[in-house]
Amino acid sequence: MKKEITLKINGEEVTAEVEPRTLLVHFIREQVSMTGTHIGCDTSSCGACTILINGKSAKSCTILAVQANGKEITTVEGLATADGPHPLQEGFKLAHGLHCGFCTPGMMLRAVELLDKNPDPTEEEIRWGISGNLCRCTGYNNIVKAVQYASAKMRGAELPNTDPVFVE
Amino acid sequence: MIPASFDYSAPNTLEEALKLLQEIGDEAKILAGGHSLIPMMKLRFAEPEHLVDLNNIPGLSEVSMNGDTLTIGAMAREVDVEDSEEVAKVFPIFKDAAKLIADPQVRNFGTLGGNLAHGDAANDQPAVMLALNADLEITGLDGARTVGIDEFFYGFYMTAIQEGEILTKITIPVPSGKVGNAYHKLERKVGDYATAGVAVQLVLDADGTCISAGIGLTNVNATPLRAERSEQALVGTKVDDAAIEAAAQAASEDCNPSSDLRGSEDYKRRVVKTITKRMIAKALERANA
Repeated sequence: MKKEITLKINGEEVTAEVEPRTLLVHFIREQVSMTGTHIGCDTSSCGACTILINGKSAKSCTILAVQANGKEITTVEGLATADGPHPLQEGFKLAHGLHCGFCTPGMMLRAVELLDKNPDPTEEEIRWGISGNLCRCTGYNNIVKAVQYASAKMRGAELPNTDPVFVE
Repeated sequence: MIPASFDYSAPNTLEEALKLLQEIGDEAKILAGGHSLIPMMKLRFAEPEHLVDLNNIPGLSEVSMNGDTLTIGAMAREVDVEDSEEVAKVFPIFKDAAKLIADPQVRNFGTLGGNLAHGDAANDQPAVMLALNADLEITGLDGARTVGIDEFFYGFYMTAIQEGEILTKITIPVPSGKVGNAYHKLERKVGDYATAGVAVQLVLDADGTCISAGIGLTNVNATPLRAERSEQALVGTKVDDAAIEAAAQAASEDCNPSSDLRGSEDYKRRVVKTITKRMIAKALERANA
């Protein structure tokens, strides 16, 4: 039996009918047609499906769409504003924080909450903070640099060097 | 992977939830954080006909230290306890454990109550609750009853929670004396279940003599296991090297690990011994700090 849900996705109110068993990630991708949220492992291990629910990072493959009733959802499509890309998006671009890009939306949404709770994290705190997000291109060093860049930019601190490191 | 079809209710009061559970009977399943249940439903290991979601019921998520008691609402999220500096002053064990429970996203939703009510010996909070001598409040339509942690875990995925009942609250005594506690598990990677895990709490008198010890073991038995002989090996001692060695040896002998992908039985017993030693030492250091 379908249930009616009303929620906000990136500021826009959406009302829809869903089967209780519909997973939130499928609802976002298939019913709302926002495909920036990825499905990686589908077992809540990889973090590719990470979104924000009321500002808290969550793995949308392990949450039912009906549970999002009345909630505010942020996906990667909601990160940039009219002023331009989000500092994290800028950081991922400048620091080469992505290779194939599959993990990137989840990484960025996770990093949004990380920086919200801890605006000036240490490298270790960043690495623990993204421990629920896997990058199979193994680009973690540059992802950490991207988050450090965003942290500095959001705090108004001096911007770190994002040049890639070449190993001879 | 999509779960089998089910019906869904999200009641707004505990009373309403309890009535629903009674009406639906054994085809009902309670949805808390959902991060154990939904994966099992996706794999169709669980196919409940009706989910009763507790997330809209207010008042079940309290985390508070009141003098001699720590109270944790069953719907408190792992992150709520992890982030509480007030709790960490007496119970740093929760920060130890949280860091090793799944990952930040899962801890944002997974609940302490769900971690216990799932009845999985591989979960981490059961061993912590054994070490801390927690009491669990279970509520039914007839009212609430309190069950000690030693009477809570019955068997594989089985707990003292009966049909139609909801785990509502966890209370943990704040011991008087010098208190130290610590938890560690060996995991192959972030988010893995424990190869073995050990939770320890020590209470010392002013002279440094151990007046009580709690030791819980993760994932080395069909149910979460209290290492009773290990506790006895410490009480009355100054927790010197000989006492620590005896306690760790007893834990490695008294657990019942099975050989699997995480290691052989013999290996796991050695892991239990090593982590038990380290956690007693860490709890002792914290008690004396």
